[in-house]
Amino acid sequence: MKVGVVTFPGSLDDVDARRAAAVAGAEAVALWHGDADLHGVDAVVLPGGFSYGDYLRAGAISRFAPVMETIIKKAGEGLPVLGICNGFQVLCESHLLPGALIKNHHRKFICKDQGLRIENNRTAWTSDYDANHEITIVLKNQDGSFVADEATLDRLEGEGRVVARYLGNPNGSYRDIAGITNERGNVVGLMPHPEHAVETLTGPTTDGLGFFTSVLKAVVAS
Amino acid sequence: MSTDTVTNAESTPDVEQPWAELGLKPDEYQRIRDILDRRPTSCELAMYSVMWSEHCSYKSSKVHLKRFGEIPQETPAGKMLAGIGENAGVIDIGEGYAVTFKVESHNHPSYVEPYQGAATGVGGIVRDIIAMGARPVAVMDPLRFGPLDAPDTKRVLPGIVSGIGGYGNSLGLPNIGGEVVFDPTYIGNPLVNALCVGVMRHEDLHLANATGVGNQMILYGAKTGGDGIGGVSILASETFAEGGPTKRPAVQVGDPFMEKLLIECTLELFAAKVVEGIQDLGGGGLSCATSELASAGDGGMRVSLDKVPLRDASLSPEEILMSESQERMMACVTPANVEEFLKICAKWDVQADVIGEVTDTGRLEIDWHGERVVDVLPETVAHEGPVYNRPFARPAWQDELQADGAEKLPRATTSAELRDTLLQLVGSPNLCDKSWITDQYDRYVLGNSVLAQPEDSGMIRVDETSGLGVAVSTDCNGRFAKLDPYTGAKLALAESFRNVATTGARPVAVSDCLNFGSPEDPDVMWQFTEAIRGLVDGCKELGIPVTGGNVSFYNQTGEVAILPTPVIGVLGVIDDVTRRTPIGFTGEMEGHQLYLLGETAEELSGSEWAHVVHGHLGGRPPAVDLAAEQQLADILINASRDGLIDAAHDVSDGGVAQTLVESALRGGVGARVWAPDNLDPFLFLFAESAGRAVVAVPRTEEVRFTDMCTARRFPHTKIGVITGDTLDVQDQFEIPLTELREVWTATLPAALA
Repeated sequence: MKVGVVTFPGSLDDVDARRAAAVAGAEAVALWHGDADLHGVDAVVLPGGFSYGDYLRAGAISRFAPVMETIIKKAGEGLPVLGICNGFQVLCESHLLPGALIKNHHRKFICKDQGLRIENNRTAWTSDYDANHEITIVLKNQDGSFVADEATLDRLEGEGRVVARYLGNPNGSYRDIAGITNERGNVVGLMPHPEHAVETLTGPTTDGLGFFTSVLKAVVAS
Repeated sequence: MSTDTVTNAESTPDVEQPWAELGLKPDEYQRIRDILDRRPTSCELAMYSVMWSEHCSYKSSKVHLKRFGEIPQETPAGKMLAGIGENAGVIDIGEGYAVTFKVESHNHPSYVEPYQGAATGVGGIVRDIIAMGARPVAVMDPLRFGPLDAPDTKRVLPGIVSGIGGYGNSLGLPNIGGEVVFDPTYIGNPLVNALCVGVMRHEDLHLANATGVGNQMILYGAKTGGDGIGGVSILASETFAEGGPTKRPAVQVGDPFMEKLLIECTLELFAAKVVEGIQDLGGGGLSCATSELASAGDGGMRVSLDKVPLRDASLSPEEILMSESQERMMACVTPANVEEFLKICAKWDVQADVIGEVTDTGRLEIDWHGERVVDVLPETVAHEGPVYNRPFARPAWQDELQADGAEKLPRATTSAELRDTLLQLVGSPNLCDKSWITDQYDRYVLGNSVLAQPEDSGMIRVDETSGLGVAVSTDCNGRFAKLDPYTGAKLALAESFRNVATTGARPVAVSDCLNFGSPEDPDVMWQFTEAIRGLVDGCKELGIPVTGGNVSFYNQTGEVAILPTPVIGVLGVIDDVTRRTPIGFTGEMEGHQLYLLGETAEELSGSEWAHVVHGHLGGRPPAVDLAAEQQLADILINASRDGLIDAAHDVSDGGVAQTLVESALRGGVGARVWAPDNLDPFLFLFAESAGRAVVAVPRTEEVRFTDMCTARRFPHTKIGVITGDTLDVQDQFEIPLTELREVWTATLPAALA
């Protein structure tokens, strides 16, 4: 069972995502943005960071990396993909997920321990959580405010595709949305960082581990 | 304008040169002429002016800094692998690991242009660490500002904080500590110090030199632009004056994305073993890198300046030599390795160009489109700058200041007054919650942050298997240093040492950032020499060396110098980070006994109480007893290792009251405490005697813990128990934690919104 973690120029939490996958019991594989080969991985994490400095728009350049062409194609075939923070931004820019992430409404970078409610535990990445499970993981970003037009938001809610909502909105995200999924439930974008909540020694909780244990089960089940 | 070549300089000895505008004194210019036996070319003049600046040459501090060499160069953890004079000191921490750390100032640029000044301060110190061969693992930022309610603080503080965050967060380095202090003397002279810690295996250590005739000099990283020209000479080595020209162009502009690529690229270059010697380009830019690399190596180097890739094609050779454009490094590479070197740079999209080579001439020769514009002995530029024995004298006002102690000021006596005093202090700018600032820093990235602010020290896991880790703290109470700079420096050292020990780590080494006013003022120079004397004596007594650091002078507007601010960073080592001691009182600690370690005296001069309640600064600072600090540290470290304490917090600014408030709010559980029999409640709560900590001892370990203290004859007094949701000072007052939290957290958001 292999979980690939892509490193783009400017990725920062790639090492952490690999550690979290390993803590969950997977073999973590480093993938390179310029290499279109996924090296046989069973699931992919697009990690946090500031790829290409976020100088154009967060995720806007990484979306064109050779590795993304393969990921976009395989995601359509059901490959589990989790985009965390900058990875979520890449998924939106790639149109694997709807909506966009814009600057926090308070205009500042924010790093805090954030409460979330898991609202959809049927995705490849959240099956280990109970429905409406409340967890605390790390939030840290500059461009974390999720926005979409009303029709899209209605559709996401109507189809149960809101994966997680903030308990106390930290950044102006519409309808408190912290994470969403695609129709099939294999692609998940999440603004907070589950990979920073897998060890009590270095994280606020171990509540984030469920994302990584969930995907192991999803892969085995398929 | 035609190029001012060496030949031209020889034939036109009487040309007027802008040495004064470049910050040189008349005798310094004459000295350059004597060294060269002719007038310098304009390029040579540019190089000497930069390298002989206060910032680069340490000309006012050199004779005093030499004293750090008197301290034994062994650390309690092992030997020093590199010391002062390298980009950063390197310490053996065992298991084959070495740690490097250093603190530097970026004060003047941050006042002129807060965001970029602070951002590039982080960038500069991080490159110092990578140049040693280490992976940077954490940063911290000790900051000083003018009064919180001063209009300029509202300009400077948010910019500096978002600059530090904007750069450090984008680099992926956790920010795990630091300080934020407000005092009227820092208005117009904010202090932005930046510390970085790096980790490497012993065999990865790299030094800055260019050896091996025929080896190629490669400049890699960002292109060179017109930013930061004269940063060290014009900006950092003078005081600010009213009505002068704007100095904004002398501030560099940072690109953290490029720096992140530079970190990964450089570490891959080291791993591929294609680097002989390396240096970062910081203050002094190419002038500094070429002259220092050449003089530390075989002595000769030839550089073609026209091969330097430019952001702005119109830059003159003089400007290229003086530019402090960020995110650049220079490496010395054997001809056989050049191709591999360039290939690794290409993988990371990092520009790299061969711009010169090592020669056997002993001279630094720089050409511009085939014409020789610099021909000097590199050591005359890098190391043989002027050395000043600046006059210093104990200030005439020092006696009067020391005679005016705070112990005579009126104190709170009734329960209601004590309660009000505590709340007034808790909400004061220096003691209030700093999360408005620290929440803008990523403290989690890299996944090894075991402790971060507001803990006593930041702690980083170095080895995931063994649990080996390091802890770092920075401290300085500038008011104490003003009252007595010798004792004040020792107190800063003692506090930082104690903060590392409270978390369970053994302190092993020091890095310092000495921030002072103008060295041309004998009063300031006296403060500086006294602080060095205190630091040298203190380090000798504690048995830990100074591994490096930085001096920042000219933190002065007009006649008003800042409080002398020798910021002391102490690094500690802990064998197993799972044994770390946090500050917070948590639910699992309900019923734990609280002990105050150390002795409390009637010491109020220079305290937060005197500052906040009376706006007073006078008297003598608290006494410092480093033997007692050493004993206290031993107790804290052993108690942590043996599981005898579950929480510990040092006592410093604001006294025991502040210590208890911070621990209670951190963990969410309160305490019932009482003043010891022989101690007046006011002094119990607010005196700032050194050498103290409050620890939380499980009932089951109480006998073992007190036996340990008794055996070491160390003063320990039971002062209370962890319980409830209030801070209850028996027979005096009780304050709900919700009220404390409200007061503690309201101050910064209200002032900076």
